[in-house]
Amino acid sequence: MLAALRCVIHRDLLLAVRRSSDVLTVLLFFVIVVSLFPLGVGPDPALLRTIAPGVIWVAALLASMLALQRMFASDHADGTLEQMLLGATPLGMTVAAKVLAHWLISGLPLVLISPVLALQFDFPQELLGVLALSLALGTPILSLIGAIGAALTLGLRGAGALLSLLVLPLYVPVLIIGAGAAEAAASGMGGHAQLLLLGALLIFAGAFAPWAAAVALRISVE
Amino acid sequence: MSINWFKYSSPQTFFPLAGKLALGFGVLALLACGVGLYLGFFVAPTDAQQGEAYRIIFIHVPAAWMSMFLYLVMAFWAGLGLAFNTRLSGMMASAIAPTGALFTFLALWTGSLWGKPTWGTWWVWDARLTSELILLFLYFGFMALQAAIDDPRRADKAGAVLALVGVVNIPIIYFSVKWWNTLHQGASVSLTKAPTMAATMLTGMAVMAFGFWFYSIAAALMRARCIMLERERASEWVADYARGSG
Repeated sequence: MLAALRCVIHRDLLLAVRRSSDVLTVLLFFVIVVSLFPLGVGPDPALLRTIAPGVIWVAALLASMLALQRMFASDHADGTLEQMLLGATPLGMTVAAKVLAHWLISGLPLVLISPVLALQFDFPQELLGVLALSLALGTPILSLIGAIGAALTLGLRGAGALLSLLVLPLYVPVLIIGAGAAEAAASGMGGHAQLLLLGALLIFAGAFAPWAAAVALRISVE
Repeated sequence: MSINWFKYSSPQTFFPLAGKLALGFGVLALLACGVGLYLGFFVAPTDAQQGEAYRIIFIHVPAAWMSMFLYLVMAFWAGLGLAFNTRLSGMMASAIAPTGALFTFLALWTGSLWGKPTWGTWWVWDARLTSELILLFLYFGFMALQAAIDDPRRADKAGAVLALVGVVNIPIIYFSVKWWNTLHQGASVSLTKAPTMAATMLTGMAVMAFGFWFYSIAAALMRARCIMLERERASEWVADYARGSG
């Protein structure tokens, strides 16, 4: 079974490398959205410093949502998804592997570039680690919850706008706790409580979301 | 004697029953709301701190209760439909959603009308207001998903998965919002009401809550009747009903 999962992850990563513009689009979207905020609210460093974690987190939410639509769409279009549904590997496991691959493609780049963006906001350098760590723990949760939404809206008209309506309310706890980690660290309270909570949410979502997404996929494809 | 639990799980047998029940609960709702409003506006004493403005509580609080309760009921029917594959459960879930969204909106609207004279602002990012707003988005998401899917069976099942995921999330959302609010210390006003409440106020609120409850049942059943007719339009009993003999 592990071989099958490794195969799914390898295949998805290979596809992403061959079509690297898709990956770059999401990353550039993230960078541009974050860069728009100083233009909108003004270049006052004190203000930017306080809003930095929130802005970066909201931009990460939007970027992750932009990438979600592609999680199952191309597999659905060329029939691969039906083979996965029929295959011997439990569908929940296959979904988990696809989510992991999706996060490596669309979530991890955001985590890696976030310290640079935070520097643009004059965010204290010693707290960049907390911010990046909160994103590293939080963005996989976004991919996991998003997988359920992507599976439910598979093949529907206007799936993109619908997906945002379904998924964004469910993202609220991750946003609050994730942005709260860096904010708490900045105010001197330390972000450990938030990071632990994010870890708990990640384990919870990792255990249940692939299973729910698998049920949703069967409904959408049947 | 064994009871056939599934007798009314078929649209054909449930349709006439739903009509009778909807009428009964509709009358009850009118009575309860009438009595509740009378108690609230004429019998209950004026509040020492808030004056007459507090009287919106008789609509606001029952609406907020119903908004949360109806989401649970909706998820219950949705889960039942997913587990037993009964057609009617999905219809009930989609019939409840608009009423739930209506009460959520009503709770938010009356809340801001109440907030203006007492707190001096239409909106604060209080934990309860924020989670109520997110609940409204959850209802909208459920309805939008069902509206986007043409096949009613798929719409029911997809909506059911979403409703169940939402139910798991509601406590997490509520506590994270509450915690976020205390962390930010933004709003200095609090929703906690006066510690003691006159018995007539409590009675009025309870009667109004029952009124809203009966209204929800009646409205959901009426809507379920329409959904049944629409989805079963190819069947014999709908044809009989349309001819006026069913």
